[in-house]
Amino acid sequence: MEHEEVESVLGTGDAVADGTGMPQLDLSTFPNQIFWLIIALVAIYFVLARVALPRIGAVLAERQGTITNDIAAAEELKLKAADAEKAYDKALADARAEAQRIAEKNRAEMQATLDEKQEEADREIAEQVAESETRIAEIRDSAMANVEEVAKETAEALVAALGGQADSEAVNAAVDERMEERSR
Amino acid sequence: MAQDGAEMAAGTAEGYASHDGVEHSGFNIHPMDQFVVQPFFSDGPVGMFTVTNATVWMALAVLCTVLLLVVTTRGRNVVPTRAQSMAELSYGFVYKMVHDVTGRDGIKYFPYVMTLFMFIVMANLLALIPTSFAPTSHIAVTAVLALLVFFGVTILGFVKHGMGFLGLFWVSEAPLILRPVLALIELISYFVRPVSHSIRLAGNIMAGHAVLKVFAGFAGALGLFAFVPVLAITAIYALEVLVAFIQAYVFVMLTCVYLKDALHPSH
Repeated sequence: MEHEEVESVLGTGDAVADGTGMPQLDLSTFPNQIFWLIIALVAIYFVLARVALPRIGAVLAERQGTITNDIAAAEELKLKAADAEKAYDKALADARAEAQRIAEKNRAEMQATLDEKQEEADREIAEQVAESETRIAEIRDSAMANVEEVAKETAEALVAALGGQADSEAVNAAVDERMEERSR
Repeated sequence: MAQDGAEMAAGTAEGYASHDGVEHSGFNIHPMDQFVVQPFFSDGPVGMFTVTNATVWMALAVLCTVLLLVVTTRGRNVVPTRAQSMAELSYGFVYKMVHDVTGRDGIKYFPYVMTLFMFIVMANLLALIPTSFAPTSHIAVTAVLALLVFFGVTILGFVKHGMGFLGLFWVSEAPLILRPVLALIELISYFVRPVSHSIRLAGNIMAGHAVLKVFAGFAGALGLFAFVPVLAITAIYALEVLVAFIQAYVFVMLTCVYLKDALHPSH
């Protein structure tokens, strides 16, 4: 009797039957729901604790490990690449310096050779000039001597032609005098 | 009341199952019918071990949990499939919540929290299938869930801290005179926890489903203009999908908060 009274107050029983009460408050279904709820929760708990959660946790940990390793490897490769680049730059700079050095050396050698050749050529030219000058001087001297002789002979011939008695001594002296005046 | 008693004597179970000829005027809407617990395979009374519609939908929630978390992860792929991603997302979602709220020492209780979350979210979402049954709309179910948390957390608190757990109620920052008053308030609020914890979930789910049913009844009564309630049902359904998830989240979040109180009771 008391039980029925409680059900009526809670709006169960007939109130549910005509659609206005709350089936949630029908105490007669509570044991059933609670029993099956406990079964469901225990089932889910064992499935999760024994199988699902360890498995997913392991997968996530493995993935994390893989990612960490990959990042470390990538970092290492990056360092290697940086080293390689540095080495390359160094080699390039060395090569440039070497090339510079060789070019400089060649230029100096060539300059030296050039200077040497130039000097040699200058000396030869100077020698030849000197030789030529002596020859020219010789030629001029001999020419002068010839001219003097010719002049003396011509003067003797002229004096003879003019009817005078050519005094070769006097003629020679006169010609010498004149020629000295000329060359002066 | 005398009539009521007579009808009730005829047996409540049959009473719920049909509205044997009792027609109401105009609208014939029975929004609460969907919550009636009845045997699934046969008529008759609901005993403790009877397989009822509640049983079936709880079992489906268990099945879906297994499908989501066990079957999809069978491959253990480092690069996950789509289904495995969903399982991992669910795992990560709850794991992060437990870790963020309770701290590192709360991780031990992650399987319990995950169990609650999976059951509630699956039951809530499955209940949105038309003609299905919503176990979480029943106070009997949510009260058990909330009391499990309440007793579990209280026992854990005393086991971990002994009488120090009572420090939870003794607000040491407050002035000495106020502390007894605050302790009383804290104590009351502590015991109200399972009530609000359970009624929040059941109330939300029940209200949403009842509203859907009411609008469905309008649609039946309006004839050509039924499209208006149908549109409303569509909108409310979308909201209910959100509510189904959010209520599971809220329930589990509060569980974590209570767990944190038990692990670190000092104010």
